[in-house]
This record gives sequence, structure tokens and C-alpha cells, in this order.
Amino acid sequence: MKWDWSVFFEVIPLIFKGLWITLGLTIACYLFAMIFGFFWVFMARIPSKTVRWIFRWIAEFIRSTPPLVQLFFIFYAWPMVPVVGVSLNPFAAAILGLGLHFSTYLSEVYRSGIESVDKGQWEASTALNLSSKQKWLKIILPQAIPPTIPMLGNYLIIMFKEVPLASTIGVVAMLHIANDYGAQYWKYVEPLTVVALFFLLLSYPSALLINKLEKKYNRRFDKKSVSTL
Amino acid sequence: MGESIVHYSNIFKTFGEVDVLKGIDLEVKPAEKVALIGPSGSGKTTIIRMLMTLEQPTSGTILVNGENLWQMEKKGQLVMADEHHLRSIRGDIGMVFQHFNLFPHMTILENCMLAPTIVKKEDKTEVEQQAVEMLEKVGLGDKIDLYPSQLSGGQKQRVAMARALMMKPKVMLFDEVTSALDPELVGEVLEVIRDLAKEGEMAMILVTHEMDFALDIADRILFLNDGVIEEEGSPEEILMNPKSERLQDFLARFNNR
Amino acid sequence: MSSIMEISLVLLEGIKITLIVLALSITISTLIAFVAGLSRVSSNVLLNKFTGFYVEIFRGTSLIIQLFWFSYALPGLFNIHLGSDIWTAVIAISLNYGAYMSEIVRGAILSVSGGQTEASIALNLTKFQRLRYIIIPQAIRMMLPEYGNYLIQILKATSLVSLIGLTDLLYYGNIYRSTHLAEAPTVYLLILVFYFILALPLIAFTRKMEVFSKKGVAQQ
Repeated sequence: MKWDWSVFFEVIPLIFKGLWITLGLTIACYLFAMIFGFFWVFMARIPSKTVRWIFRWIAEFIRSTPPLVQLFFIFYAWPMVPVVGVSLNPFAAAILGLGLHFSTYLSEVYRSGIESVDKGQWEASTALNLSSKQKWLKIILPQAIPPTIPMLGNYLIIMFKEVPLASTIGVVAMLHIANDYGAQYWKYVEPLTVVALFFLLLSYPSALLINKLEKKYNRRFDKKSVSTL
Repeated sequence: MGESIVHYSNIFKTFGEVDVLKGIDLEVKPAEKVALIGPSGSGKTTIIRMLMTLEQPTSGTILVNGENLWQMEKKGQLVMADEHHLRSIRGDIGMVFQHFNLFPHMTILENCMLAPTIVKKEDKTEVEQQAVEMLEKVGLGDKIDLYPSQLSGGQKQRVAMARALMMKPKVMLFDEVTSALDPELVGEVLEVIRDLAKEGEMAMILVTHEMDFALDIADRILFLNDGVIEEEGSPEEILMNPKSERLQDFLARFNNR
Repeated sequence: MSSIMEISLVLLEGIKITLIVLALSITISTLIAFVAGLSRVSSNVLLNKFTGFYVEIFRGTSLIIQLFWFSYALPGLFNIHLGSDIWTAVIAISLNYGAYMSEIVRGAILSVSGGQTEASIALNLTKFQRLRYIIIPQAIRMMLPEYGNYLIQILKATSLVSLIGLTDLLYYGNIYRSTHLAEAPTVYLLILVFYFILALPLIAFTRKMEVFSKKGVAQQ
């Protein structure tokens, strides 16, 4: 089997069509993760120690087990669960699975953002007699959010690279198109190379951009307080 | 006193666009104690960092024991010194830093033992004995198994001196060694340097802001300003009887602090 | 209850492959990370650029794509037959995570303060001795928590090897599920629990290292 340039150029437009699905799915998964990330932060602030402990370990469980198996669970197993079981299409299953997995990472980012705000800021807002809502909206969040932006960007890129996992449950995006082409013509290497190039073309410049943002913010931020994926 | 042990001639140093040193000539005799004073940014620290090979001169030569530090001969031509050449010469030079630079992952005994054992390949048990004695000499005999993070600034700086002394340098460089210390800890460090100066045999170049101290131990003081040696002489001449207006200004500002 | 026992016994068949791939991948990716990380801070421009290229290629694409690519390209394009798909999987995972982890090696080396190098020059250590006794020991302390996190990532990544036909934990689970469709929830939940049990020591290691690394590093 030799490298075939004609195959290479033939599959570019085919796979390009899948790029939009990959990008759309990335954004959908990420939005879900961002919203659900707040859930873990909220649960970590509940007064009951037992509840906090339970949710901390649930998050740890989701974070430390393979997202691929989680996808299989949601897609193949959940419909079989009595009473609450629902059958989801591949897209919905991917959004739920990858979104849930990444929400545990993003909650760490949020937490570190909140922790990066100096204790004195809380004390000062209490001293100024601000309401709880004012405290969060006017003092804490405006300081907590900017330093997390580079990390949020980083996780967006990582999410983009995890989305091909969804092809294993039948989401027809770039990787799936490449594998289908391979199965049909017994030419795998060229389409897979094209997929890899598309990923590289998008993720490398984005990573450079994030680096720039990081340099801008790292004076204000302690990056050690966050675990990386 | 005979031959000089360190000889700078016509040294220039440029950092980017900035001329830090503009023609420095300086000789230090064996066992001589020289203090460098001057406003910040005048190039004092750069002078000693060049001798320690942490900074390369833009032009000029530095001789150590008559040997060219930054250049070497290769096939009849003078070329830039390589690591091997630098190492063969800098063994005679030791340095104590403003921020101590102790190795945080080693106990203070290990800090003192590292270089003699791996650079000079001396016998470990002998080195250990010397290191304990050296740490006792700087008043830290009871702390040998502690890590640097467990010490005060003054104690760290005394360890740093013990560590440098373990290599038995012929010239010791002190780079503002008390500037990073809390005022109440300065005394204990100066005391150790004073004792070393009295022992005599080692040449010392000190960059310092402690005028009384310089007056006490230096044989000679150099006043640096704007990259040149503006004035030099005995401590009495420089500190009691400054000639140039700039030195007078500098000292006046110091006394008014 | 009996089905839990039965499924667990089936899954245990696959755990051997999972552990082999995990152990080999951790070893080789760590080696790659150190070689590549040191190359990235070396003054040799060619070595530096070449390693940078490798790191960006592997970080810029997905592991799952690399895994498929290697499993088709190695025998097809390069006519390399490794004898077992285990090595294809190990190579893909190690090259991928070696690239990521080389960045933490590089970052840790660069974050050892310049004063440490200056002090070791003043004590006349050779370049090699500076790395060996001063820089690397401090860099390792600094990188350990992040390294621990990557070990968990590698464990999770081993689940992908079933996609190229290796008979690991997930593979046995998938086989069992295909003949016992109604048991799917138990099967996948058990697989997740198995992975979590494997992850627990790595989680403990990471937490311990977070405490340990705060000591013994130059702060300035």
C-alpha cells in the first residue's frame, strides 16, 4: 500500500463537510460543560459536609474515568435503565457525555478563579455593607473571571480534540467520514491524515492565541491551583 | 604584595542599548580587600559578575593569576573562552549572592558538601568534617541538618558564605550580601565577613551599601558612577575626604537617610 | 447480584491488557517527556526546533486519530510490523502524552530560578552537574502534581485501545453487552468502577505530590 496523493485531494472536500459538525458539536459540548460546571461549584458550597463529600467524589469519579466508557454508558446503557432510562440520539449522547466529563474540569477552573480573589476583597465588601448579590456581581466575579479566560480557552481546544470520540457512537463528523471512506476503498491513511491536518490547522493557532492571553493574565493568577487535563 | 591576582583592563559592557561599563581598569592584589560603592545602576555588580563568569564583557580583558579569563588561545588565535577554559580558572573565585541562592532541596550540610565532593572529587568523610567545622565557624553548628527554608535570612547568608568558603577560593566576591536582609539580621552577617577579612589570606571584592563596614575592613574603596571609576583611594580618603562633587553628593545622600 | 459477579469475572479477563498498556505507556511517555523536555531547553537550535515540531504535531491532533493512523500507517505505509497491536497502542499513547508531558518538564526546568544556576556556576559545577544535581531535582519536585494528573489521563486513554482491537477491559465489556443487551447498565457501570479503582492510587499520588512539591523549591 502506497501513499496516494489523488486520494488525499479527493477526501479533502468530503472531510471538510464534517469539520462543521465537529466544530458545532465542540461548541455544544462546551456550553453544556460550562453551565454544568457551576453545578459542582454550587454543590461544593453547600453547608452540609456529607453532601459536599458525596458530590466531590461523584465529580472525582467522572473526572477520573474514561470519557469513552461514559459515552457508551449514556448511549447504550441508559436506555436500558428502568424508569429513568431514555434513548438518546448520538449527538445528544455526545453532548451529555463529553459535556458532563468536562464540567468537572471547568468547575475546578471556576473554583480557582474564585479562590484567586484576595480574602481582603471579601472583608472589604462586608465592611462596605454590600449585599450578597452586590458582593458577587460587583466585587468577586469581575476579579475572578478574567484570570480564568486562558484556561477556559485551553479546555475549549482540548474539548475540540476529544470530540472525535463521538464517532464511536455514530456521530458522523470528520473522523467518522474518514473511517467510512477507509472501509469503502481500503484507504485509511490518507483520509486520517487529512483529518489530523484539519485538527492541527485549527488547534495550533488557537493554542498560540491562548498563550498570548496567558502571558497577559499570568501576573494575576496562580496557575498551580488548577489541575490540568 | 607583588603580582595582582585580578586585573581588569579597559572593560566595556553593553546591555542592549545601555552602556553599563565604560572602560574599567582595576587591579586587586592577593589578600587585598576592595569595596565597590556607588549609586544603583552604576555597574558595581556587573564588575564582579564578570569575574564570576556570569556576565561576559563586551570588550577588554580580565586576567586572573595572569591568565586571560574570557579568551583563550586556539591554533595561535585568541578566541572566546569555552566552558572548559572558564572552569579551569573560576575555581579560584567564589561568590556570595544578594539572594543567597542556597539549594532548597538539600540540607545546609549538603549545600556545603556538594561542590567539594563532585567538583574537586574530595573524600566525602573529610569534606563532611570540614563542612561541619565551617558551619560551626559561621555559628550554625547546631543547624546542619535543616533545610534552607527553615532558616532566617541572616542564617541563610551565613550558610551561603560557608558554602563558598568550602571551595577555598583565592578571591571572594560579595554582591550586596546584606541588602535582602531585615535590618536586625545585618549585623551577624557582617560579623562573619569581618572575621574572614581579619584572617587575611583571601582577596575580597565587596559591593556594598554599608559605608561604616567598608571603612572598617576595606584596604581600598572605589566609587563607581555611570560606568566609570570616578574616584578611588583609602577608606579614609574616600569617605572622610571626598574630592569629586558626585561622590560628595552620593555620601551626603547616604548620611541623610 | 449474581450477574455483577459474572460480569466482573468477564471484565477481569481484560484488565491484564489494560494494565500492560498502562505500564508500558507510562514508562515510555515519561522517557520521551524528559528527552523532549530537555531538548526544548537546550541551546542546540536544530534539536530545539525539531522537538518543538514533534510536540506541536502530537498536541495539535487527537489521540484517537493518532491511534487509528498508526494502526493503518505502520503496516501499510511503512511496512512496519510490530508483531502485536499492543505496541501500536503504546507507541501512539506514549508519543501523544510524551509530547504533553515534555511541556511540564520544560516548564518546570525553566521555572527553577536563575539564581540556582548562577550559584552552581559560582561553585564551578559542570553543565551536566548543574542539571543533574541542581536543576532536575528541583524541576521534578515542581512537576510531580501535574505528572500525577497526566498518569490519570493516560489511564483513561488506555480505554481507546479496544478501538483497534486490543482485548482490554472495555473490549470484554463490549463483547458481553452485545450478547446481554439488557445488562448494559451494569456492564458499563462496572467498567467505570474498575477504571476508578485503578485511578485511586494515582489520585492519592497526585494529592500527596501537591503537598510535597510545595517544599524544597527555590521561590525567587
